[in-house]
Amino acid sequence: MPAKIAVLAKQVIDPEMPMAAFQIDSNAKRVVTPPNIPPVVNGFDENAVEAALQIKDSQDVSVTVISSGSSFALDVMKKPLSMGADELVLLQDDAFDNSVDSFQTAQLLASAIRKLGGFDLIICGRQASDWDNAQVPLGVAELLGLSCVALGKKVELKDDRVVVERLIPDGYEVVEASLPALVTVSNELGQPRYPTLRGIMAATRKRPTIWSASDLELDGGEMEPRLTLHDLFVPVSNAECEIIEGDDEVDAGRRLALRLREENFF
Amino acid sequence: MAEGNGVLIIGESAGDELSLASQEILAAGRKVADDLGQELAIAVFGDAVDAVARTAIAQGADKVYAVTSPLLAQFQVELNLAAAETLCRETSPAIILVARTNQGREVAPRLAFRLGVGLAQDCLEVSIDTSNGKLLANRPVYGGNAVAVISCNQTPQVAAVRPKVYVPLEPDSARQGEVISFPVDLDVSMVRSRVIEVVKEEAEGVKLEDASIVVSGGRGLGGPEPFAQLEELARLLGGAVGASRAAVDSGWVPASYQVGLTGKTITPDLYITIAISGASQHMAGCSGSKAIVAINKDAEANIFKEARYGVVGDWETVLASMTEAVRELVQE
Ligand SMILES: Cc1cc2nc3c(=O)[nH]c(=O)nc-3n(C[C@H](O)[C@H](O)[C@H](O)COP(=O)(O)OP(=O)(O)OC[C@H]3O[C@@H](n4cnc5c(N)ncnc54)[C@H](O)[C@@H]3O)c2cc1C
Ligand SMILES: Nc1ncnc2c1ncn2[C@@H]1O[C@H](COP(=O)(O)O)[C@@H](O)[C@H]1O
Repeated sequence: MPAKIAVLAKQVIDPEMPMAAFQIDSNAKRVVTPPNIPPVVNGFDENAVEAALQIKDSQDVSVTVISSGSSFALDVMKKPLSMGADELVLLQDDAFDNSVDSFQTAQLLASAIRKLGGFDLIICGRQASDWDNAQVPLGVAELLGLSCVALGKKVELKDDRVVVERLIPDGYEVVEASLPALVTVSNELGQPRYPTLRGIMAATRKRPTIWSASDLELDGGEMEPRLTLHDLFVPVSNAECEIIEGDDEVDAGRRLALRLREENFF
Repeated sequence: MAEGNGVLIIGESAGDELSLASQEILAAGRKVADDLGQELAIAVFGDAVDAVARTAIAQGADKVYAVTSPLLAQFQVELNLAAAETLCRETSPAIILVARTNQGREVAPRLAFRLGVGLAQDCLEVSIDTSNGKLLANRPVYGGNAVAVISCNQTPQVAAVRPKVYVPLEPDSARQGEVISFPVDLDVSMVRSRVIEVVKEEAEGVKLEDASIVVSGGRGLGGPEPFAQLEELARLLGGAVGASRAAVDSGWVPASYQVGLTGKTITPDLYITIAISGASQHMAGCSGSKAIVAINKDAEANIFKEARYGVVGDWETVLASMTEAVRELVQE
């Protein structure tokens, strides 16, 4: 049996959008989806797809991408397929609009993973660039009782274990974990591959599996909200910048040094 | 879990000492516990707890749980988690606080999930809502472009607090506290992962996190070579060199140089940015600096909205003359 790999990927508002387009609807306490800027697959999740495909490059494995949300841009969510993933499973329901509550998201994903018969290895991004929670994967690992290694920059699948180079503040450590395991990855993994023309064509033909709340075994208690959002606002910066000018740029650089000296910074 | 009482900090030691992050979070916890009118406890793991417990009490703890097991000599995430979970279930705190360190960023979510409750992640501020005695947390979201105010619906309420936001309390050696030995039963079969090698990639000299002056470079430098010039300025100032993610992703410097949301959080007295645009995710790691300096050719760049001093110009010219002037000034 080929090993089964799942990648958990979230659709997010493009974090590279111009700051001017970033707006909050304070009544609804949510970030307004910018009208002319298409969403993207969360950047670190593309790294996760890449990590899975690197394993697939040399081993017989299947790669299933799973995403949960209330609505999807199908062409966006098909990108992992065009990069080379085999299958796409979308958990789509109005009730799955769960940006705040990582607990619910983890429950949904765990329940879909169970329904799919489990995986040997689950790869996730380190965090989603919208709510920066960095906790859904750890939750999925706990709910399913998997070994868990966070912040990978290299992931290798070896027989009955996964070997991960994991980032630590002053370098990295090599960690070995038993399967089934969940690993999160960071951008240090390297650029995700581009979709090939063949990949794009294959992806167009593939139909995602779509499950709504009624397809998943969710008991009420587990889906009870864990957090309450009271307010969402844009912080204001009150820094006043003193622009140091001079006769020319050489002079400005010199004056900057003098100014910092004057203020006793060095 | 039932109602719960008191505030419990999941502590960390660094060698035989209480870690700096734990000292910081004691300051946060003391305030929260006082506002609640309840006790502040801290859990410390392993055997060498004497010095750690003394520091914890001097810096605000009422109680220290010395969580012991022969298997807790060294941090191992699954064992630590199992021990923390047992302690939380037995002592039923109302609030659990964890510093979001390298260890805490893994322990906090996994502990919350084990307890079946929500986690307020990466908080910049925790306080008590006086109307209902619940924990309120302020946390940046969308890369720091927005701030969310959240609370937890169940007990215990768990929050992970960003390091370097709170300042440790002045130690008071006259403070009294209780040290409670809390032996736990752990089993090696809980261990699912092990570290087989550690590779250090840090620059020599002053550590980026500890430096009082940091010189950071961004994509606008155009390549790895200019970092030698940043090193030179940093050396003259007794500081360290950092970078934006764009510079790290380009392979110009190792990941350990990265400052920001997914890099290091630094709070130097002076943060000098060279050809960095000041994206919110970068600022998330340096906004606690006392003063920020920007050298950027684009007068509209966001960095000028966050900086105290700025020069609009080409980095190559400005940095060279600035470095020369600094050299003369330090030699005086
Ligand atoms: C989830 C997530 C997490 C992230 N985490 C981090 C993080 O931890 N740290 C981080 O830094 N980023 C992070 N980012 C990326 C961040 O959004 C920005 O893309 C990044 O900080 C940009 O780096 P930069 O300022 O070097 O590059 P740019 O934004 O490209 O800016 C380059 C600047 O150089 C200036 N410049 C160019 N040439 C010259 C010249 N000759 N002289 C003077 N100035 C010049 C330009 O005017 C420009 O302002 C994250 C992004 C996401 C989505
Ligand atoms: N709605 C979702 N659907 C699929 N994967 C998700 C979802 N939310 C989070 N994840 C995964 O969990 C990682 C961390 O997300 P978060 O904990 O929300 O910051 C992401 O990078 C994804 O891999």
